[in-house]
Amino acid sequence: MIKQKIVLRYPPHVVEQPTIYHLIKDFDLMVNILRADINPKKEGRLMMELSGSEKNYQRALEWLQELGLQIMGLEQQIIWREDRCTHCGACTVICPTEALAFNRPEMTVSFDEYKCVVCELCLKACPARAMETLVENANAK
Amino acid sequence: MKNTRSIEEINEKIKTGKAVVFTAEEIINVVEEKGIKNAAASVDVVTTGTFGPMCSSGVFLNVGHPTPRIKLNEIYLNSVPAYAGIAAVDLYLGATALPPSDPANRNYPGDFIYGGGHVIEELVAGKEIRMEATAYGTDCYPLKKIDTSFRLSEINEATLYNPRNAYQNYNVAVNLGSKTIYTYMGVLKMNMGNANYSSAGQLSPLFNDPLLKTIGIGTRIFLGGGIGYVAWHGTQHNPGAKRVENDTPSYPGATLALVGDLKQMEPRWLRGLSFLGYGATMQVGMGVPIPVLNEEIMHYCAVRDEDLKAPVVDYYRGYPYKEGSELALVSYAKLKSGSINIRGREVPTASLSSYAGAREIATTLKEWIQGGRFTLTAPSAPLPSADSGIKMNALPQRDPDNREV
Repeated sequence: MIKQKIVLRYPPHVVEQPTIYHLIKDFDLMVNILRADINPKKEGRLMMELSGSEKNYQRALEWLQELGLQIMGLEQQIIWREDRCTHCGACTVICPTEALAFNRPEMTVSFDEYKCVVCELCLKACPARAMETLVENANAK
Repeated sequence: MKNTRSIEEINEKIKTGKAVVFTAEEIINVVEEKGIKNAAASVDVVTTGTFGPMCSSGVFLNVGHPTPRIKLNEIYLNSVPAYAGIAAVDLYLGATALPPSDPANRNYPGDFIYGGGHVIEELVAGKEIRMEATAYGTDCYPLKKIDTSFRLSEINEATLYNPRNAYQNYNVAVNLGSKTIYTYMGVLKMNMGNANYSSAGQLSPLFNDPLLKTIGIGTRIFLGGGIGYVAWHGTQHNPGAKRVENDTPSYPGATLALVGDLKQMEPRWLRGLSFLGYGATMQVGMGVPIPVLNEEIMHYCAVRDEDLKAPVVDYYRGYPYKEGSELALVSYAKLKSGSINIRGREVPTASLSSYAGAREIATTLKEWIQGGRFTLTAPSAPLPSADSGIKMNALPQRDPDNREV
């Protein structure tokens, strides 16, 4: 068994294909969608947790890559610019998963990218704008 | 109280590298171990620090004259407007100024991604700043338009002058409403989803000298990574605020106006900030050395978070519409623990002021003093304190057509 959080990036020409259907039906995977959006350029982004047999999981990834999708780890989506962080802590009450946490007695902020579910609330809650996302998405103004 | 040492004596010790200096955090344990009397006998200076958003900040610039000369009328630095209503090439850039093109809250909640504080941060970082200006032209100042760029090192003066910094205590902000609000105290989730505070507490300068017995006009300080001075009391200075037993106010109290040469400061301690739905501002790092002149001063410097109280205020109705009073008084020890209890509910807390930054400033200032590169100054005049009778005024709102002229 394998359980993995991944992000799929869809180029515009495959964004309308029912990939989730095939992941379940053809590869017998359990899919837990965390977030999905499509930007104005018609590029899609899907964040999900996949679980199933190791063999099926690997086959599914190969199939997705053949379709032209880019596969990334969820933990690569949000970047904590520590050089810009002033360690105030304002983000820590906004982050829903405690990926951004306040350490006591050091009184410093830390970011656990494996706990991050890419809700992106921190991007704008941080006054110093120390949180960044690599890529444009549907919520970008 | 009779002084056990003078500022001159402390400075002599600083010059010979013999001054005994602790931060306002370290001194708590020193006093606990030795007692007030012994601590006062052995310690010369206690250093403080704070690193929080301080909107009432800005910089006076003299950019020098182009050829031909110009009398600046409307001026933009990196598209952010500066005030030019003073002499020809003098101007003031405020931390919260926004480019006219910023959509502000027309796209609620606005991002306020770039403002005066960001320009100041880039200026201090040595970056090239674009300057666009227009003028009406005079016989002595004929140029009517200029579009150029400059660096901090290329202009005559850059004087940081912050009309209100270092608030002695501040509100803890919560939201009693049923929707998220966006304030200068950060994002406040509905139904008291979080409580945001903004003070370094036991490390904060004015909490360590609550009655302003050592801090006055001319006090030399750490400002923005360089050296600055206390210029005056700050705007909204409210030394008459209600105090608790240890003489510290449990409400926003005294404030300081600070001044210093921007050219010797660091971008690390002057940071442009963007408050979602509120505006742009600047995070200012400052710290004050407190000379331990006697046991009373030592007693004040030993104050700890448990004994410092702040009012919890509703920012949904209470603060904006001046409705009701505070919901509770809570200690900074509780605030820093990560949650406070209000009306029987545990509410997670977060700070807008960086305690880690405050600690680093107090430590840096301590090292400067120990290293002999920073000596103390006696105030040239005291600041108004608790006995001044100062009261806060609200703006009169009356019919302007019937005014006395």
